[in-house]
Amino acid sequence: MSEDTTALPVQLQEIVEDFTSTPPSERLQLLLEFSEELPELPERYRDHPELMEPVPECQSPVFVVTELRDGHVHPYISAPAEAPTTRGFGSVLAQGLDGLSADEVRSIPGDFAFSLGLTQLISPLRLHGMTGLLARIKAQVDRLAG
Amino acid sequence: MGIAADPNPKFQQYAHPERLVSTEWLAQHLGEPGLKVVESDEDVLLYETGHIPGALKIDWHTDLNDPVTRDYVDGEGFARLLSSRGISRDDTVVIYGDKNNWWAAYALWVFTLFGHPDVRLLDGGRAKWEAEGREYTTERPEIAPSEYPVVERDDTRVRAFRDQVLKALGTEKLVDVRSAPEYAGERTTAPDYPEEGALRAGHIPTAANVPWARAVAEDGGYRTREELEQLYLGEAGLSEGDDVIAYCRIGERSSHTWFALTHLLGFENVRNYDGSWTEWGSLVGVPVVQGAEPGEAPGR
Repeated sequence: MSEDTTALPVQLQEIVEDFTSTPPSERLQLLLEFSEELPELPERYRDHPELMEPVPECQSPVFVVTELRDGHVHPYISAPAEAPTTRGFGSVLAQGLDGLSADEVRSIPGDFAFSLGLTQLISPLRLHGMTGLLARIKAQVDRLAG
Repeated sequence: MGIAADPNPKFQQYAHPERLVSTEWLAQHLGEPGLKVVESDEDVLLYETGHIPGALKIDWHTDLNDPVTRDYVDGEGFARLLSSRGISRDDTVVIYGDKNNWWAAYALWVFTLFGHPDVRLLDGGRAKWEAEGREYTTERPEIAPSEYPVVERDDTRVRAFRDQVLKALGTEKLVDVRSAPEYAGERTTAPDYPEEGALRAGHIPTAANVPWARAVAEDGGYRTREELEQLYLGEAGLSEGDDVIAYCRIGERSSHTWFALTHLLGFENVRNYDGSWTEWGSLVGVPVVQGAEPGEAPGR
């Protein structure tokens, strides 16, 4: 397993370290805290889910839309309260990616989800949901940045 | 044995009414000695966001599966797990969960492999409890560890393995509880679910397609006996006394159907093929049928 995450953008690296420096038995609790911090959608998307892209890799209705403003990436993610794990993943990406440049987002390894130290606690299937979410954000960034 | 069954009139029509409890019944009996409530969810964090007061968490991935082999924990592992949750062999265990009790039924089926005598399902699961505005807490119950005995897992009665399924083609009835597109072979995963590693799409020859959710009523609980009979005896062509094997993708949705056939309709020999499509769809040389028709058993 590759633990080499030195190339990650600093703010994302900090989140990884938050997880990996937490004892495994408390990592789910940390993910739960992230899930509670998933930012509310801005009003322009709240009533317009059709503007957002569904993420079928997640096991619950999850939507994502990415904006690029002045060279900075801003992902917006919605996930229902009854899917806290997915919300937690969304929150990690929303917080970890917000404000990065398009190139920084594109440089994040596709298997980033597996670097949080959660593979023993969460089935691989669910981690694939996070991988799908990241892939969709990267694809949206590609379209926006050209 | 255990606590008196829920006298709810809906359940009395079922073959084994004592295997279900209603949300009202559970609310009234919470905290009673000898009753243990277990939450088993697809979402590993849902319990932490709030659960029925006193409920214990059992996770299908980290608790019920062996971490290395694709199999369930053994007798010692199960004894260790239940002891750590303070559950005794003579406790009445009520299991509930998210997603219409998929994982709760799965956990109940695993309890059955170990022959836990009194294990019941909360009809309607988390969704019904929640819809009725019943109490949740984030407080974890204090657990006094118990000494659950080591009981060997019995894989012969309610579990089917791939070779047995292959042999059963043409003699036992198969029920494929996945969605119609999965059954027809248009896809290998449930709609909105990620790819899960089956190399071929379709179904096992002769299997009738009865998506699991058709057994579910509007309130999230099971349909009435009459409705279930119409579904399984009528549409799916099962007859009383048939030996039945149910399967899905990894065995969780088919646990929900296994419960309905065994405990609600009273079929005496229903087995869950937990290898399900993630195994069959990748096995070399086994027969697969595509399209909406069940197809024929291969000649031997």
